[in-house]
Amino acid sequence: MEIVYVYTKKRSEFGRQCNFSDRPAELHVDILPDTSLAANFTVRDPCNVTVQCAEEMSEHEVNTERFESESRGVNHVEGGWPKDLNPEDMEATIRYRKKVEKDEHYQNTIMQIAGLMEHCCKQNNATDIYQEFFEDEDEEVMEESEEQPSAKTINVFRDPNEVKRTATSLSWHPDGNHKLAVAYSSVEFQRAPNDTSFDSYIWDIENPNKPEMTLKPVSPLVCLEYNPKDSHILVGGSYNGQIAYWDTRKGSQPVEMSTIEHSHRDPVYKVIWLQSKTGTDIFSASTDGQVLWWDIRKMSEPTERLVLDPSKKGNLDSALGAVSLEFETTMPTKFMVGTEQGLVVSCNRKAKTPAEKIVCTYSGHHGPIYALQRNPLFPKNFLTVADWTARIWSEDIKESSIMWTKYHMAHLLDGCWSPVRPSVFFTVKMDGTLDVWDILFKQNDPTLSLKVCDEALYSIRVQDNGRFLGCGSQLGTTTLMEISAGLCTLQKNEKALVSEMFERETKREKILEARHREMRLKERSRSEQSREDEGKEADGEESAAELVARAEREFFDIMEAEKKKEEKERDTVKDVLLLE
Amino acid sequence: STLTPFAEVEDTLKRIQGINGVIGTIVVNAEGIPIKTTLDNSTTVQYAGLLHQLTMKARSTVRDIDPQNDLTFLRIRSKKHEIMVSTDKEYLLIVIQNPAE
Repeated sequence: MEIVYVYTKKRSEFGRQCNFSDRPAELHVDILPDTSLAANFTVRDPCNVTVQCAEEMSEHEVNTERFESESRGVNHVEGGWPKDLNPEDMEATIRYRKKVEKDEHYQNTIMQIAGLMEHCCKQNNATDIYQEFFEDEDEEVMEESEEQPSAKTINVFRDPNEVKRTATSLSWHPDGNHKLAVAYSSVEFQRAPNDTSFDSYIWDIENPNKPEMTLKPVSPLVCLEYNPKDSHILVGGSYNGQIAYWDTRKGSQPVEMSTIEHSHRDPVYKVIWLQSKTGTDIFSASTDGQVLWWDIRKMSEPTERLVLDPSKKGNLDSALGAVSLEFETTMPTKFMVGTEQGLVVSCNRKAKTPAEKIVCTYSGHHGPIYALQRNPLFPKNFLTVADWTARIWSEDIKESSIMWTKYHMAHLLDGCWSPVRPSVFFTVKMDGTLDVWDILFKQNDPTLSLKVCDEALYSIRVQDNGRFLGCGSQLGTTTLMEISAGLCTLQKNEKALVSEMFERETKREKILEARHREMRLKERSRSEQSREDEGKEADGEESAAELVARAEREFFDIMEAEKKKEEKERDTVKDVLLLE
Repeated sequence: STLTPFAEVEDTLKRIQGINGVIGTIVVNAEGIPIKTTLDNSTTVQYAGLLHQLTMKARSTVRDIDPQNDLTFLRIRSKKHEIMVSTDKEYLLIVIQNPAE
C-alpha cells in the first residue's frame, strides 16, 4: 500500500523562491508545576554517585567463518649442483665430489668439526642422558592420587551432508586407533527424505573438518567393522540387507557385495569378523531372523545359514529378529545373538544339526537388545543393554540376570565394557547422556554421567586402550572423548574383587531360583489339592480383565509417586535458589 | 703425522663411522650437496636437504639472539636415534647414532 499525497501547482509557479512571513510567537502548551507530585519523592542525603575517570571501552565478539586448511607437502629433489652439471651423470658428480675433497679448506674444516663430533658420539655411548630414574616408584605414586572421575570431549565430527543421518555404528582402526570408521543411516522406517546421502565416512581423529575417506555403498550402512587382522579391509552391513566389503587402498566403491537374493531381507544390524586362518570370514545378523556366515572372497552366497527359531524347527516365520551379535575370539565355537524380542540366544557353531545350534536362551529384557558383549576378563559374564536398563548375566543362570541397573528415564541404546577394567562399562541413552558405571565403586548409579548432546546417542565404541571412546548421535555427530586415568587403569585387586562379586551374585540368583521353584511347586500342589477338595470353584483366580485393571492401577500409582518425588525435589532446589 | 691431509680426513671419517652405534655419516657443503656419505643416495639426499635447512634456521636463531654468537653443534634426539650436526660456515657433518640403551 503506497501512501500518496497529491497536490497541484500551476506551471508558472514552479521554481519560485519560498515566501517566508513573520508570525508572532504562539503558545501551544503550558504545563504548570504540580506540587502534589512532590509527595512521590523524598530527599536523599547523602547521595552516592559513582564516577569513573577511565576510558570507555566496549567489548565485541566476532566469530569468523570456519577456516578450512589443508596439509600439503613438498618433495625434495636433489639440487644445489652447479648449473653446468647434470645430477644424473654419475661420473660428473663423482668428479665434482673428488674435487671438493682435495680442497685444503675442506680438509681443515672437516678435521675440526669431526673432532667435536667424535667427542659427542663417545659421550652418547658413555651415558644415556634420557634414562628413566625411579621407574618402579612411579606406579605407587599413581595409585595414591584420588582424582574425580571425569571425561572431556576431544573432538567432534559432524555429518558433512545437509540432511543429517544417525551415526549407527563406529569402528576403530585396529593399528594405532588414529582412524574411526562411522556408518551413517536413517534408522526410522521410511522417514528419510529422498535425497539423503548413502555415504559413510572414515575420519582421521586429528582432522574433524573433513572425513579422510568416503565409503559409497548402494544402500546406507547400518554397521561397519574394520578387519582386526588387515587394517585396510572393512565390511559393512547395509539397510537393504546386503553385505559389502571395502579395501581402503582401492577407493570408495565396495570391492564386492553380496547378491541380493542370498542376502538378508531386513537391515543388517551387526556384522563381526571371525577368527580364521584366512582372516576373511564374517557373520552377520538381521531382524529377518537369520544369522549368515560369509567368506568375503566369495560374496555370491553365504557359507552357512542359521534361522533363529526358538522352537528349533528352522521356521523363518516364527524366527526371532536379531539386533546384536556377540563373538569372542577366545571362544570361537560359541556365539550369542541379541533379539528384537528381548531374548538372548546362545548358540554353538560346531553343532551338527541346525536344531542343536541353538543351545539356550536368556530372558529378562522388555525390548530389543541393542548391545551384547562378554566381559573381556570374565567371559562367563556378559552385558546386555536394552529397554531402560543394562543387565549383567552369568552364562549359567538362564532365568534372570545377576545384576541390573535401575530403570532409567530414557531408553538405553548402546553399551560396552571397558577393555582394560573388568568393573567398568559404558552406556548411552536416548536423552544424549553417556554413563560410565564402575560396579566396584557404586552400583545404584553411574559413577560418571555426562550429557554429550541434546539428541539421542545411538552408538558407542571404546578404543583398545580404554582411554578414548567415540559416541555417535542421531544427527550424525560423533564425539571423541577422553576419560580420566582413574577409570582406565586397572586398580590393584580389581580382578579378584570383580570375580568375587560376580560369583556372589550368581550364587544369589541360583538360591533365589531354587526358592522360586520350591514355592511354585508348593503352589501347584496346594492348588491341585484345593481343586480336588472344593470341586469346580474359581477360588481366588482373577479374570484376565481384572488382572489388567489391577496392573494399570499399580502402574499409575508408581508413576504418581515418582512424579510427586520429582516435584518435591524440584521445589527444594527452588527454595535453595531463592535463599541465595 | 705421516698421512697426507686427504688420507687424514678419510681416516677420521672412518673412525667416526666405526664408533659404537653410529648408523651413518654424511658431509654436506653449503649448497646442500652431499660430498661424502655412508648411506644410500635417497636417504642421503633427504637428510642433507632437511638438515641443511634446519641448521640454517638454528644458526639464524642463535645469531638473532646474539650477533657475536654462532652455531657450532646441533643435536636432535628422537625416539629411535640421535642426529648430530656439527657445523661450520661452509660444511656440515651429519652423524646418525643409536644411543646407548
